[in-house]
Amino acid sequence: MKKNVLFVQGNEACVEAALYAGLDFFAGYPITPSTEIAELLSYRLPKKGGKFIQMEDEISSMCAIIGASLTGKKVMTATSGPGFSLKQEAIGFAVMAEVPCVIVNVQRGGPSTGLPTSVSQGDVMQARWGTHGEHAIITLTASNNQDVFAMTVEAFNLSETFRTPVILLFDEVVAHTRERLMVPKPGEINVVKRLKTAVKEGTDYHPYLPREDGRLPMSDFGHVHRYNVTGLMHDMWGFPSNNPKIVYELMHHLVDKIEGHTKEITMVKEFFLDDAEYLLISYGSSARTALHVVENRRERGEKIGLLELLSLWPFPADTVRERCACVNYVIVVEMNMGQILQEVKKASDEPDKVFLANKIDGSFIAPTDVLNILRIIQGKGA
Amino acid sequence: MAVRDYIRDRFFPHIWCPGCGHGIVLGSLIRAIENLGIKKNDIVVVSGIGCSSRICGYLDFHTLHTIHGRALAFATGVKLSRPELTLIVPMGDGDALAIGGNHFIHAARRNIGITAIIMNNSIYGMTGGQYSPSTEYGDFATTAPYGNIDRSFDFVKLAMSAGASFVARTTTYHVTSMIKILEKAIAHKGFSVVDILSQCPTYFGVRNKFASAVDMLNYYKTNTTPIGSKEKEKNPDLIERGIFVQDQRPEYCDEYDKIIKKASEGV
Repeated sequence: MKKNVLFVQGNEACVEAALYAGLDFFAGYPITPSTEIAELLSYRLPKKGGKFIQMEDEISSMCAIIGASLTGKKVMTATSGPGFSLKQEAIGFAVMAEVPCVIVNVQRGGPSTGLPTSVSQGDVMQARWGTHGEHAIITLTASNNQDVFAMTVEAFNLSETFRTPVILLFDEVVAHTRERLMVPKPGEINVVKRLKTAVKEGTDYHPYLPREDGRLPMSDFGHVHRYNVTGLMHDMWGFPSNNPKIVYELMHHLVDKIEGHTKEITMVKEFFLDDAEYLLISYGSSARTALHVVENRRERGEKIGLLELLSLWPFPADTVRERCACVNYVIVVEMNMGQILQEVKKASDEPDKVFLANKIDGSFIAPTDVLNILRIIQGKGA
Repeated sequence: MAVRDYIRDRFFPHIWCPGCGHGIVLGSLIRAIENLGIKKNDIVVVSGIGCSSRICGYLDFHTLHTIHGRALAFATGVKLSRPELTLIVPMGDGDALAIGGNHFIHAARRNIGITAIIMNNSIYGMTGGQYSPSTEYGDFATTAPYGNIDRSFDFVKLAMSAGASFVARTTTYHVTSMIKILEKAIAHKGFSVVDILSQCPTYFGVRNKFASAVDMLNYYKTNTTPIGSKEKEKNPDLIERGIFVQDQRPEYCDEYDKIIKKASEGV
């Protein structure tokens, strides 16, 4: 039997996974370093009867996938840096109108045009707070192709489960590193189908009335239930309202449906944590460097471990707190000036023992960058 | 069906000011759809932000009230994923051609099967009366207290040169012809544009020496003329109304179906 093993880039792994998860519709705009995703999908989607469109800009790409999602399709867009900034208003619309969609952001150096072809992890906070107004968001990341695949499928699953946009926060190194990918057989990874309403034609359907479990069954545009979708605060029919009680309840619903399921959404990987005295916390391509350091130091008998975060938002604060409590020192390894560092400090009961090993010059973070910090902590000098 | 059967009457009274032209557009749109006999479940109305955009909440179709300027982009996603649906996109002049100008020209270029209705009152009404891309040179607005120095767009010419295969202009005075034009625009296969001059007595009228909504309707009556009329030769300042373009050109979703065929046959 033919083994389904590919030798591909991270961007290709993302495409394979999106198709595995049932992607029907993609809208995008060319931008480095995410363009391969659009190129591949322009070829692959029509083969399965799906739709690809290259829109006139980043904003319209985001808007088009929201429109397509409302007709019952699984949708995705992909972008980088400046494009992610442009999509933010429409991402907020998808939050408010509770439209499932997946947004890939292959991070590159910023601010502004920055370093278009270089790696960075500077968009962690933008993923969390990029769109205006109080809200919750789900953001996943990955450090290697196999996890890019798994997290992409998971992104679609979570977006359907919680009726929310999900951001896949990759980075240039993950997107362009070629390595092995084992494509799972159909059924091997669970794929969540859209929850559709069972309300019959002629009976009043409330698109924004959550069930007891908090989920909201949908009805496709073009189907028997006609309702309003708006970015305004709205009642259970989707009609605009500024009634304080309705607004209060909607705000809580939008935030609680995600923050209240943090445990369920949290995904981490643990390496050598059982007896660790030093803990590295990392994510995305930085976690590859962190893992290298850990494996290397373990060979020398040092008690060091790695907590790799696969879900960044909602932040897995409980897991991080528990893990930090068991060690003497924590080093957050990331390619920005401490965006996850601050979250770890907030989560930890002893923020003073949390340090940062980072890289912000466009080059990839190396083991020496981590070791230098480790040596300082160990009192061995820089 | 009665007009009432097409509206969500529990959401009335509407938010529009007394004398506003947008209610006339709402009424005409319903009558055009009624005349065409399209089922309510087959119609999706997508709007942006502004007074005009509130139209979709009142209509008993699938309605999507989106963000400022981007209605056509959302509508493109709906149409391409479900080409059998009828897409109607009512927009204001600022919504369609200032913030949304890029999406407008590209939707026209693709000739995607969407009907774009511009409820053109030459002012930003929702925010209290600022000048828009169709405010004429010399007109007054809250952000043009000394008179507007921006030149206005001719939406019809713009739509034509961007590639729209159906382009028309009408006014809220000419209701009978508005209904006919909307019927043709909605039935048209491809991107259709209807520029509807619609009065805003509250914000445009008071600052520009119109005593009332009736005054403004009279202005539409006396300052417009059917396309190619002799009046236009005598008075070149008259605004032409009617259907400027009605062409058969390949529609975008049909073109994409060919791509699907090609892709599933090949390699």
